Amino acid sequence: MLPTLRDRRARAGAPVPGMSEGALVKVEQLSRDYGSLRAVDKISFEMARGEVLGFLGPNGAGKSTTMQMISGNLAPSAGRILIHGLDILDRPRAAKAHLGYLPEQPPLYRELTVDEYLAFCARLNCIPRNRCRDAVETAKARCGLEAVGRRLIGNLSKGFQQRVGIAQAIIHTPAVIILDEPTVGLDPIQIREIRALIHDLSREHSVILSTHILPEVQAICDRVIIINQGELVLNDTIAGLQRRMEGNNLRVAFRQPPGEAELARLPGVVEVESLEPGRFRIHCGGGGDSTDAIVSASVANGWQLCELMPERLSLEQVFIQITQTEAHADPGEAAA
Amino acid sequence: MMTLVIAGKELRSLFLSPLAWVILAVVQLILAYLFLSQIDFFLQIQPRLAGLEEAPGITEIIVAPLFGNAAVVLLLVVPMLTMRLVSDERRNRTLSLMFSAPLSMTEIILGKFLGLMAFLLLMLVLIAAMPLALLAGGSPDLGVLASSFLGLLLLVGSFAAIGLYMSTLTSQPAIAAVSTFGVLLLLWILDWAGSGRGGEASTVFGYLSILRHYEPLLKGVFNSTDFVYYLLLMVTFLVLSVRRLDAERLLGR
Repeated sequence: MLPTLRDRRARAGAPVPGMSEGALVKVEQLSRDYGSLRAVDKISFEMARGEVLGFLGPNGAGKSTTMQMISGNLAPSAGRILIHGLDILDRPRAAKAHLGYLPEQPPLYRELTVDEYLAFCARLNCIPRNRCRDAVETAKARCGLEAVGRRLIGNLSKGFQQRVGIAQAIIHTPAVIILDEPTVGLDPIQIREIRALIHDLSREHSVILSTHILPEVQAICDRVIIINQGELVLNDTIAGLQRRMEGNNLRVAFRQPPGEAELARLPGVVEVESLEPGRFRIHCGGGGDSTDAIVSASVANGWQLCELMPERLSLEQVFIQITQTEAHADPGEAAA
Repeated sequence: MMTLVIAGKELRSLFLSPLAWVILAVVQLILAYLFLSQIDFFLQIQPRLAGLEEAPGITEIIVAPLFGNAAVVLLLVVPMLTMRLVSDERRNRTLSLMFSAPLSMTEIILGKFLGLMAFLLLMLVLIAAMPLALLAGGSPDLGVLASSFLGLLLLVGSFAAIGLYMSTLTSQPAIAAVSTFGVLLLLWILDWAGSGRGGEASTVFGYLSILRHYEPLLKGVFNSTDFVYYLLLMVTFLVLSVRRLDAERLLGR
């Protein structure tokens, strides 16, 4: 699985944030108020064709609201959404024809069978009656639903219901598929299957995916957008995020440890943190320079360096850093 | 076109639930009982009618009461059919399926309305089949029968439009049913106010009353005022429903 993922990224090329030509989805200064509460605050981003965009954020950050607006289920208080260059407010019918949307709770009619339901969805999306059957069969095949076509949706397991929800979103082969937390409430095996399915979809469609499961983003997305308290706090490619994760911390251990002050005097070292006797975490300002300085100082002073390891931040740490700095900044704003 | 797709789905969903079948059966049973007792009554008084000049015929004695009673029964039944149209979809969060499809709100509302009307039309055909059966043994006035049928159709159409609107207001089917029933009953008894004294108020209330426009049609009198009244009522509530769904998209909830 992994090699194919890399292949795909290589093929797609790293999309440049801010690129405007050929943007499939363009969101400009999007805001949404619920009464006095501002749920989404001036979010702007673009999405290229064939991209998988991960929407991250803590609960209540405005992920679902944003997706509802992009899918035309909710009118924005301010701002513009262009899909394929079509404004979703001015030309909703034309814009929505390019959209497939799976809300947080899949919109399923429990009293219908899978076949009946998908046929209805196909007709709703303007697929002519004679091509309906093919569209249903294709969607079923792609979502692994061949065996349950004649069963009632209400009697299916949660995982299969989720697949029916995805099948509904892709039945008219839209250019953009919006999936709101598609793996929530599924067991680990089902999560893997749904992820494989999304990965499969990304060959032909652009996918916007919201989640709060971080490894999911690393596994399937090309680009990440982090939203916190309605504001966009990060818009970066996965590669950019990887760079952020590299960080500039070193973990070192010495057999004959020097004092913290001595280490702190080395060039490029910003801060030294003592972890346990002989072990330190060194925050560097200049990256590789201080590694050299530490090694040569150790040789010169006989500290007997026995461990030197660059520390990688996990995506989780990056996420927490980003969302919490925002959270700290906010009370001041609220008071002001 | 899309309207018909939604109408078809709505009709299918109705027949997938036992509710539609039960309602069809109960309405038919009760009206059949009324019909038979009316025939019984007609047979009792027939010898006396034979002696009268300008005696009321079989249509006046059997068809008019049957359709009059059918209106009352349907006043009770239609709210139960309309209550789930939108509120159930809102509760199960399936509305987003239609909101994100390339459809206008008007198509959604019209589709739901026509789907329900197809079901109600079927019910009316079953009701009309009873007086039509009289053709086997007598000669009912087909003109009066037709105008009664049209009257009942317009009446249930108005019931359905009002019920649909009530259903767009809430996410609880029971609330939609009760409030629809309340509005329908109010429209029904509206002309009771000041009916004794005449005057302007009673004319206005009389005009607004849903029943006043139904009675002439039962007698075979087709007045365009009545027709327009029902049409306006339907259009008003359908437009209100469309506006309500639009507001849902604008306001969120």
